[in-house]
Amino acid sequence: MGIIQVRNLSLAFDGKRILNQLNLDFREGSIHAIVGPNGAGKSTLASTIMGLSGFRGITGDIRFKGESIVDLDIHERARKGLTLAWQEPARYEGLAVRHFIAASTPDKSKESVLDALSRVGLNPLEYYDRAVDKTLSGGERKKIELASILAMRPRVVILDEPDSGIDVESLERIFDAIKILQQQGTTVILITHSLTVLKQADHAFLMCHGEVLDRGDATRIIQYFEGRCLPCHHKNEPTLNGSGGTA
Amino acid sequence: MSEALIQEILESIQLHSSALDSPNVAHLVIHSNKVVSSHALPGLEIQVRELAEGIDADITVTEGTVIEQPVHMCFGMLPQEGVQRIVLRVDVQPKARISIIAHCTFPNAVNVRHLMDAEIRIGQEAHYTYFERHVHGKEGGVIVVPKAVVDVGKRARFHTEFELLRGRVGQIDIDYETTCRDFGVMEMTARINGTGEDVIKIREVGHLIGEGARGALTSKIAVRGNARAEVYNKLTASAAYARGHVDCKEIVQDNGVAMAIPIVEVNHPKAHVTHEAAIGSVDTRQLETLMARGLNEDEASEMIIQGMLS
Repeated sequence: MGIIQVRNLSLAFDGKRILNQLNLDFREGSIHAIVGPNGAGKSTLASTIMGLSGFRGITGDIRFKGESIVDLDIHERARKGLTLAWQEPARYEGLAVRHFIAASTPDKSKESVLDALSRVGLNPLEYYDRAVDKTLSGGERKKIELASILAMRPRVVILDEPDSGIDVESLERIFDAIKILQQQGTTVILITHSLTVLKQADHAFLMCHGEVLDRGDATRIIQYFEGRCLPCHHKNEPTLNGSGGTA
Repeated sequence: MSEALIQEILESIQLHSSALDSPNVAHLVIHSNKVVSSHALPGLEIQVRELAEGIDADITVTEGTVIEQPVHMCFGMLPQEGVQRIVLRVDVQPKARISIIAHCTFPNAVNVRHLMDAEIRIGQEAHYTYFERHVHGKEGGVIVVPKAVVDVGKRARFHTEFELLRGRVGQIDIDYETTCRDFGVMEMTARINGTGEDVIKIREVGHLIGEGARGALTSKIAVRGNARAEVYNKLTASAAYARGHVDCKEIVQDNGVAMAIPIVEVNHPKAHVTHEAAIGSVDTRQLETLMARGLNEDEASEMIIQGMLS
């Protein structure tokens, strides 16, 4: 049984089906990737699992450790151990990095904040008192958001496009942090259309047009994604069209 | 005046008495219309006259004097009712520098009026920084009406911040007008947290009349409950290379009402003034990020608002 189970999940906006009868299991402690082209429904799935506003009108079920969470608010899901890092992290005028990260930690201690900053490769003393605002680059904000997640020690984290807007060196730091998360027992779900990110995963789901076309070992999905998925041909590959089964 | 009264005033603003003990730190503590304590320094002259309902004071920093440590000024009233009128003339003479931290405390106010009329002159190449922090009680029974007219000389700098984040605002009506001469710099910021039935009015006007003068008017306001805020910021530029910016951010929650009226006026082809105003609820992305870390909606909103006001 996966730590997160998605069952017959569908979501439609204005009559258009964005997610279509999805069934997915995310194994505890693994690094999963949800891969697919733009518009596949990857970020929508992430938003739906987290319960963000605008993504609550679903049919089907989402279970966390066997318990349905579809009626829970975002913070209630987070308190169970589920969290999300956005593709474009929020900016907060005046909110200090130390307060932002401490909000995630159980003990709120300075040590936890400094440790989290150093683990994502940021000089803790340089960033501790800075604001999470426009004076930080996109890559810095991405690292600070990841630091807040490391400090939170969640059971499951969804990272939406973790490579978006950052340089190669910073990406290596983010991959290191993903490994740290896995070592501390966190299940990681990577939302991506990048082969580089996909290669960090143990297991992958291939999505297109709101459906899961394939699933399995990441190396196999990489081969398909690399060779055939771009541009998407799935409409001409009916044998790949399926949403049943589990990881 | 008793030590106990001084202690009570300082406790209400969470300022330890040792902050006033140092011989290198000047201070002035006023309760109602009485000077409770004062300490000046060479080059810093403080003259205070009692009025029926307040004080009339002259503060002079003589030419070239640099006051190293911030000067503490406490204006307050501990009773539930009363009027405190502060008439203030500040003369920062050329090349002098001073920084003032003004604590205004009305912790028990039910029906208190605090009125200030200030004339501030900042001489050529002088620096004047004035940080005013208000501490009010939970009743909101305070009417605060600070007025200031400021003249910023050539290459002088004027920086002022008004902060009212602790306790209920009551009613506040700020009216500051500043004129900035050649290569002078003025920065005026107000940060106010309104709740309940609070009423906030801000009128800040800046005139950049000198070549290369620079100015910024910034207002950060939160209105919750039934609080109302009206912010009128006007910045004019009438000389070459004058540069200015008006920035107003207001967060509205519950039944709060916020209004921003930014006016920019440019009377010289080589001057440049910009403005931005953002009024609305807490940003959804900001809110949901914090909720995804386990804060409930109220906790997340409070954190975002406190950050914006900090």
